[in-house]
Amino acid sequence: MKARTCWEAVCTVDDLVADSGIAVWTDDGPVAVFYLPHRLPALFAISHTDPFSGSNVLARGITGDINGEPVVASPLYKQHFNLRSGQCLEDESVQVKVYPVLLDGNRIRLEVQVAQAASVAA
Amino acid sequence: MSKQTLIVIGNGMVGHHFLEQFSQSPAAETYRVIVFGEEKQLAYDRVHLSEYFTGSTHADLAMGTADWYADQGIDLRLNEPVTAIDRNSRVLTTPKGEYTYDQLVLATGSYPFVPPIKGNDQDGCFVYRTLDDLDAIQASAQSAKTGVVVGGGLLGLEAANALKSLGLQAHVVEFAPRLMPVQLDDQGGALLRQKIEDLGVQVHTEKATTAIVPGSDARLRMNFADDSHLETDLIVFSAGIRPQDTLARACGLEVGERGGIVVNNQCTTSDPNIHAIGECALWNNRIFGLVAPGYTMARTLSAALNKDTGAAFTGADMSTKLKLLGVDVGSIGDAHGQTPGARNIRFHDEQAGHYRRMVVSQDGKTLLGAILVGDNGPYDTLLQYALNGIELPANPEALILPESEGGAPALGADALPDTASICSCHNVTKGDISGAIDAGCTDLGGVKAETRASTGCGGCAALLKKVVDSELEKRGVEVCTDLCEHFPYTRQELFHLVKVNGIRTFRGLLKQYGKGQGCDICKPTVGSILATCWNEHILATDHVPLQDTNDTFMANMQKNGTYSIVPRIPGGEITPEKLIVLGEVAREYDLYTKITGGQRVDLFGATLSELPEIWEKLIAAGFETGHAYGKSLRTVKSCVGSTWCRYGVQDSVGMAITLENRYKGLRAPHKVKMAVSGCTRECAEAQSKDFGVIATEKGWNLYVCGNGGMRPRHADLFATDLSDEELIRTIDRVVMFYVRTADRLQRTSVWMENLEGGLEYLKQVVLEDSLGIGEELEQHMADLVDTYQCEWRTAVEDSEKRKRFREFVNAPEQKDPVQRWTSERGQRRPELEAVSS
Ligand SMILES: Cc1cc2nc3c(=O)[nH]c(=O)nc-3n(C[C@H](O)[C@H](O)[C@H](O)COP(=O)(O)OP(=O)(O)OC[C@H]3O[C@@H](n4cnc5c(N)ncnc54)[C@H](O)[C@@H]3O)c2cc1C
Ligand code: SF4
Ligand code: FES
Repeated sequence: MKARTCWEAVCTVDDLVADSGIAVWTDDGPVAVFYLPHRLPALFAISHTDPFSGSNVLARGITGDINGEPVVASPLYKQHFNLRSGQCLEDESVQVKVYPVLLDGNRIRLEVQVAQAASVAA
Repeated sequence: MSKQTLIVIGNGMVGHHFLEQFSQSPAAETYRVIVFGEEKQLAYDRVHLSEYFTGSTHADLAMGTADWYADQGIDLRLNEPVTAIDRNSRVLTTPKGEYTYDQLVLATGSYPFVPPIKGNDQDGCFVYRTLDDLDAIQASAQSAKTGVVVGGGLLGLEAANALKSLGLQAHVVEFAPRLMPVQLDDQGGALLRQKIEDLGVQVHTEKATTAIVPGSDARLRMNFADDSHLETDLIVFSAGIRPQDTLARACGLEVGERGGIVVNNQCTTSDPNIHAIGECALWNNRIFGLVAPGYTMARTLSAALNKDTGAAFTGADMSTKLKLLGVDVGSIGDAHGQTPGARNIRFHDEQAGHYRRMVVSQDGKTLLGAILVGDNGPYDTLLQYALNGIELPANPEALILPESEGGAPALGADALPDTASICSCHNVTKGDISGAIDAGCTDLGGVKAETRASTGCGGCAALLKKVVDSELEKRGVEVCTDLCEHFPYTRQELFHLVKVNGIRTFRGLLKQYGKGQGCDICKPTVGSILATCWNEHILATDHVPLQDTNDTFMANMQKNGTYSIVPRIPGGEITPEKLIVLGEVAREYDLYTKITGGQRVDLFGATLSELPEIWEKLIAAGFETGHAYGKSLRTVKSCVGSTWCRYGVQDSVGMAITLENRYKGLRAPHKVKMAVSGCTRECAEAQSKDFGVIATEKGWNLYVCGNGGMRPRHADLFATDLSDEELIRTIDRVVMFYVRTADRLQRTSVWMENLEGGLEYLKQVVLEDSLGIGEELEQHMADLVDTYQCEWRTAVEDSEKRKRFREFVNAPEQKDPVQRWTSERGQRRPELEAVSS
């Protein structure tokens, strides 16, 4: 059975910071949303959780591009993650979750799976 | 097998170098080693003896430490001269006892020759060889106005400079018709004389002193053979050295006609169990009065004692390059053209004060010798031609002509053979350097650490850099200095571009000089450059995305995503009231609290959204940000100083607070630490900092470019007895020069080591203003001081900026679920959890 998804509104354009990231809380846990105004598309969303430390910090990394691909560098141990695929550039076996993102008027929406929402540990 | 005994007589430069070599060698296992030193101090750097007058201490000049000797198991007996050697029973005598040896090494150096002039032993007459000599000269100089050096050679001129630096009117009296008769010719000597007289030292040549008698205006009067005389308060004899061969003579070893212990190519004397190295040894009827040949002898002997049959001392180059009283003087090989058929090429620019002479072979193909006065620019190139017998170009004069008159550029490192000696102090050849690079060294600092090249007199620094660069390039390790794929420039070049073109944003710079979108390397680098150039708030919209998370949120991120907070506590001085506020805030937010090494308090475990609240409270109590998150000034550590400490000679806390308030907030290529000690006991450990200040009776001594951490480095003495204003001006200049020219993430130590010319060059730029940028640097620093703002104050007062501190922008109440806590020793700490990956 296909997991159920929905387009959850997470924030507005005013919350975004150009060339940088912010963190939002979704039904699927913490997600980092990046706004790179000099690219098309300009919005990217990946898991906020740094797979190497287990901490929720990726939105606070420095963004940029490497060989033309948009990336963020983890603020803790500095690995780079491709914002389009979630692939870690330093370790082939590591990937973070990527979320489809769209601009709906003034709102930013992410496509998240609803079914897993309750599994966040207390 | 019981160990044999090896005894070394003399703990000077060469004796010490021998022990360094020998104790690392396999043979060290089989010997018990005893060293006797006549001087009471451990071996020190005699070459830099004069620096003792400008603030260096014995500890600064020392070549090793007592601990090192102990670690090697060497029995070091200082202040215990050997008085006799009995070769039959192999027993030595000292005032304290008798000792048996199996192998004996004489490293007794030499003693200053004092001409047999009547009255040469009265009060006020000195020699210039040991620390004790210098102590005596200094004591006598306190009540003196004038001083005379007898002898116009290398050491005499150095001694004259020392007298001048002690505040005396200095004279040089030379028997020969010119200065430095051994190294220079008449023209060179005359030019040197003129330059030295311009500096206020009076030179008297062709003067033979006949007697020294009590003076009428001064303490002493020197009478000369031509019936003239000179009155002076003190006299320093520097009329040459004589090998210290007294012991050897007395026990019947073969000595030279004019002194010196005769040795063969293995540095062994006429007794197979006795060896001699350094200035006391006579090889091939020659004495070597320089340290490098002594070191070579030491290495040869160490190898020979390890049964290396190939080890041989085969003579040494006596070329010298120095700065005497600030005047460049160089002398290479057969400077006087004594080789049959030798021809001379001379260039003399009276206007600029440059004299250059080349001595070339009859066929004009090889360089035999050279003399330089006024500018040692061509020295390295000429020396390499002479040492390696490289064939001269068809127009050899081009080597000494200024480039504007058809002079040739310096010899490329490529043209040197592998055997070319690059560093004579540590016997490093070009081949050794390429070997080190093949073994994995990738930069100048690495090669220096590996080969020790350029860590002796430092004279080879420029040449070494050239060779390293060219060798790296040859290996296709393109010496790529690009910052990253977005900017084909170094940090220094970018700094220049930003400053000169008035660029104020990252985008602006990227558009004009870069490509792509930037990355986590170039963004913080440019952010730091922009901050230094324009000092705008780091949370200004354009700058936010440039910063590391620590800079963005002005706190240090810890491994669970929370932050630590370090308020500034200038000089480590804090009132009880403020201390209580720190405690209360920490209690309220349950922050783990720890005292830092930099005399402040670190509060751990604040979440992103708590940061502005906490800072509101701290600011209300008068705290400012401590910049612990930035590549900028951290703390100025201090001891309690003259206010409380019975030894203190200056107010170290006051100075530390002044410095901390002046340099706080300055953005630099890396973090910068400082410290101020109230006296030479150095309780603030200033010599392990980027900038260390130590109080003296007369002011402050400044040390620069030290650091602790992974690769600790003692700071170098930079300037002495500075007034408060001079100290601040000097630090201003060094700091700004560092900020402008260092590479990304380069600490001051590495920066300085990589400057072509190193410490000396830095001194010229800062103390002598050789680049003419001193005022500009000071002005830039003054501007930064004027525009300082506490970033946290600005941030908490601005609601837009505060928005950045929301942990989850859409869920203010949501706690970060991975931040879990436990407690330990009465405080909260993160729960350690195995991270799944
Ligand atoms: C002011 C000055 C500037 C110099 N500048 C330079 C320079 O720029 N470049 C350069 O290459 N060289 C320079 N030199 C020369 C250099 O210092 C010497 O070449 C070097 O020190 C020689 O080392 P050594 O070990 O042979 O002798 P020393 O360093 O003199 O050591 C010999 C030691 O043996 C001790 N000793 C002697 N007899 C006994 C005994 N019976 N028992 C126990 N101990 C004994 C002495 O007390 C002394 O400590 C300079 C020297 C001076 C004084
Ligand atoms: S460095 Fe000197 S003044 Fe400062 S505490 Fe130590 S002894 Fe006292
Ligand atoms: S020649 Fe003295 S350090 Fe290299």
